[in-house]
Amino acid sequence: MTVLEAAHTSLGGFLAQVTPIQAPEIDYAAILPMLIVLGAACVGVLFEAFLPRYQRWSWQVALTLLTLVGAGLALVVYLRDNPQQGVVTLAGVLSVDRPALFLWGTLLVLAFGAVLLIADRSVEPGGAFVSHAAVRPGTIQDRAQAARLGMQTEVFPLTLFALGGMMVFCASNNLLTMFIALEVLSLPLYLMCGLARRRRLLSQEAAVKYFLLGAFASAFFLYGVALLYGYANSVRLRDIAEAAAGTNRSDTLLYAGLGLLVVGLLFKASVGPFHAWTPDVYQGAPTPVTAFMAACTKVAAFGGILRVLTGAFQATSWEWRGVLWGVAIVSMIIGAVLGLTQTDIKRMIAYSSVAHAGFLLVGSIALTGEGLSGTLFYLLAYGFTTVAAFGVVSLVRTADGEATHLSQWAGLAKRSPLVAGVFTFLLLALAGIPLTSGFIGKFVVFSAALKDGMAPLVVVALLASAVAAFFYLRVVVLMYFSEPSPEGPTVSVPGSFTMVAITLGTVITFVLGVWPAFVLDWAGAGGFAFSTT
Amino acid sequence: MNQSGSVLLLVLLLVPLVGGLVVAVLGRGGRAERAAKLTALGFSLVELVVAIATWVGYDPAGARLQLTFSADWIPPLGVRFSLGVDGIALVMLALIAVLVPIVIGGSWAEKLPEGRTAAGFFALLLLMEAGMVGVFAATDVFLFYVFFEAVLVPMYFLIGRFGGPRRQYAAVKFFLYSLLGGLIMLASVIGVYVVGAERLGTGTFDWATLVTVVKDAPASTQIWLFLGFFVAFAIKAPLVPLHTWLPDAGAEAPVGAGVLLVGVLDKIGTFGFLRYCLPLFPVASQELAPLVLVLSVAGVLYGSLLAVAQSDLKRFVAYTSIAHFGFIALGVFAFSSQAQAGAVLYMVNHGISTGMLFLVIAMVMARGGSRTISDYGGMAKLTPVLGGLFLVAGLSSLALPGTNSFVSEFLVLIGSFPNAPVYTVLAAFGMVLAALYVLWVYQQIMQGPVRGNALVGLAGGPGAAVNPDSDTARASVSDLSRREVAVLAPLVALVLVLGFYPKPVLDVITPSVNATMSEVGLSDPVTVQEGNSR
Repeated sequence: MTVLEAAHTSLGGFLAQVTPIQAPEIDYAAILPMLIVLGAACVGVLFEAFLPRYQRWSWQVALTLLTLVGAGLALVVYLRDNPQQGVVTLAGVLSVDRPALFLWGTLLVLAFGAVLLIADRSVEPGGAFVSHAAVRPGTIQDRAQAARLGMQTEVFPLTLFALGGMMVFCASNNLLTMFIALEVLSLPLYLMCGLARRRRLLSQEAAVKYFLLGAFASAFFLYGVALLYGYANSVRLRDIAEAAAGTNRSDTLLYAGLGLLVVGLLFKASVGPFHAWTPDVYQGAPTPVTAFMAACTKVAAFGGILRVLTGAFQATSWEWRGVLWGVAIVSMIIGAVLGLTQTDIKRMIAYSSVAHAGFLLVGSIALTGEGLSGTLFYLLAYGFTTVAAFGVVSLVRTADGEATHLSQWAGLAKRSPLVAGVFTFLLLALAGIPLTSGFIGKFVVFSAALKDGMAPLVVVALLASAVAAFFYLRVVVLMYFSEPSPEGPTVSVPGSFTMVAITLGTVITFVLGVWPAFVLDWAGAGGFAFSTT
Repeated sequence: MNQSGSVLLLVLLLVPLVGGLVVAVLGRGGRAERAAKLTALGFSLVELVVAIATWVGYDPAGARLQLTFSADWIPPLGVRFSLGVDGIALVMLALIAVLVPIVIGGSWAEKLPEGRTAAGFFALLLLMEAGMVGVFAATDVFLFYVFFEAVLVPMYFLIGRFGGPRRQYAAVKFFLYSLLGGLIMLASVIGVYVVGAERLGTGTFDWATLVTVVKDAPASTQIWLFLGFFVAFAIKAPLVPLHTWLPDAGAEAPVGAGVLLVGVLDKIGTFGFLRYCLPLFPVASQELAPLVLVLSVAGVLYGSLLAVAQSDLKRFVAYTSIAHFGFIALGVFAFSSQAQAGAVLYMVNHGISTGMLFLVIAMVMARGGSRTISDYGGMAKLTPVLGGLFLVAGLSSLALPGTNSFVSEFLVLIGSFPNAPVYTVLAAFGMVLAALYVLWVYQQIMQGPVRGNALVGLAGGPGAAVNPDSDTARASVSDLSRREVAVLAPLVALVLVLGFYPKPVLDVITPSVNATMSEVGLSDPVTVQEGNSR
């Protein structure tokens, strides 16, 4: 008997002992949008490896946009005949229910806008992304590089990976999947933050800051998952909910786990006292990436928060709600008050996003059908406004790149009334003036909160919006009523990509403000589904 | 989309809206200035015709809300695009439609800050008219709120882009005050919606439906919701501690915007008391009435005293308005139909007389180039027609019998006395102070020898004693042009007609006021009847 034969026999015997693994049922139709995005991301990496450099940009842009459109189509086709109560698939790991589908759709359209901004090469010649970190902008080498090689195109597959992670994140049904999705969405974002062509030190500093703080947050999240596993003997949201509903296990594990878990989530959503990274990263990252982060990360993070709170901790809401009340109030106040003191437009929008995160949290902790649909609507509305706003920011430039200091925006209306008009409209939307989507968003979220008996929180939120309105208004005053400085910024003629992105965001902001009924219907179409097996 | 009803109000809303957009497009980049102005005037006159049609189509003895129009807007929230008027809203709509053409005429030759186009100015005026029509015509609380906030935006740009030297400060102050009030009100709007949804089972914003259910809410809930609305309206109609934005905004606003701001926009506050605070929260309204009465009397006395002390012409008008708003609030919260009818009539009359005062003062300033009262003196000798019309405007403002304001002020005081005698007596002192501030300002500017930097500097060099008949004086300070006379003439006519024959307006107002009173669950105190028979 040869050695080979012996090995064969023993392996055969071993295999005979093991019952064959039961492959889980996979509802491919349901998860098709996600598969398209992640698959295309892998194809994008292959493009980077095999295509010559000068072809990459066009191939990557085409691939990315087609992917987003294709995934969107798959989503629409699936929506037409999917079960109302949602599908739980992949051995109970993912649940594709109505909120998940709404969030996926939101993520895809927002990513479409952000990718258009990322792809634009006309506003910043050669694109906003660095090729060689060692080459300084404006030098001969830099210009040669921009002309010959174009922009670095790794950013497209990175975007798709991040997007895929976000989609998994807001549909995942157990905490471990959620953690992996969190990493999949975070790691590409850390990289993308550091890719700015202009002001590289700021950009790289932002990337490091985001990475370090993000790593901490991930650790918190994972520690929370571990404690919850200790408590419930499962990482499934439904199991945790059942364990919490009726046992005499130690509450310490539950609340410590919940606390750590929520810290990790709130960090990603840039809520309240966990916002410290937001201004620096928003300021340092290349503006198109900031747009992507600000819009999509927030959607994914709040999708996760809604799912976790509803799925696992609804029964214990009396215990933690007070804490999240406090967090929401702190977030709104920090965002509104510190936003007042900012002199950089990107930092200002960052603080405004902290305030908005507070408003979103108000809706999220209502844990009612209205709270869910209101928060979903708010996410969509806020995302579009933000993408368009960052698109406008990327247009206002001096010779040194974007003019983000507020004083440089003085008298912009005189130089370029259209850009100033669009930006004013977007700022009014962020402030929540009627006839913009921002108002409807605030309205649905706050009415859900009030219905759930959170009147004081709503009053605080409205006062915070009044304070926040002041700094939006300050920009309007600067643009319209101040005299332009002689060496003020010029406004670039937007390339067609940026123009489409800004138009898309602005039009949707207006449409959702005037005729929001159809989106409200979608957002309120159904609740979460959680695996029971 | 299911819709129903008369489209008259919809047309009333759309005419200025379309007009504003057309004017803005026409005058882009400063082209075709005259055509833009004429178009704006044309649209405002069309609006006036539609408003007259609305007035004719309204039946004072008919239903509570008439000429209603309703269409689905946001079904998931129960929001409908509903318009309708009662007598109170109707007279306000008529006031807007009358004032806007006059304001456009009055701003025809307005000196705008550098780099601003007249077309932009007129387009914003028309957009504001559309917003104000919406505020008064909305019968869906959500729709009302949308217009309430949306109307801020054109006004903000009117003050901030076309106003006086401190226009930025004034515009931001105006916007923030109003927005803060609006957001506090939003909490109450949502609250009303939630209370309604609890009682009805489905959410609705329909005013007429909400009135029937919200008034049964517990008193504590009512008080909180009332306060939300009240703060917003008290900022709008400036009651005393919340008034500080008005002197700045009124003083810095260009005259056309100023007339609309004080004449109409601020009436949203008092209109809101009548339309929302009282019927929705009858219990809270009566509980808190003493508070409001204190604020209104304080407004009357404080506004009057500060008006006496003003050295700036436009701030002077703003402070007289604060006093007048005190009277209106007194009439509303005295809870007698006589006082409330007087208050509504006062809203109209104040729009006419203060609008006229604003316009006359703008004409004075256009000649002297200064806002300071002491820069003028003896002007009537140079410009007798202007002097005479200034006096008419002033006398109307101080409620001289025979002018329009007398009727309304008298009704407010006589109607308030039985329920709130102390407040009424105190407020009556405001009439004395009104005579003081109006006549004093008139005397300083128009009477005596020609003096003051603005006039003397123009006429004969600093310090020179000027012979009013000299050619230099006549040439530099001219009397009213035909355009200016045409602008003021309709207002003079209204002052006199409503002073002697207010019946047509009162007939429209009274049934709606009675309906409001019965919604609060009150009927007139008996003493009023006795007072009438005496």
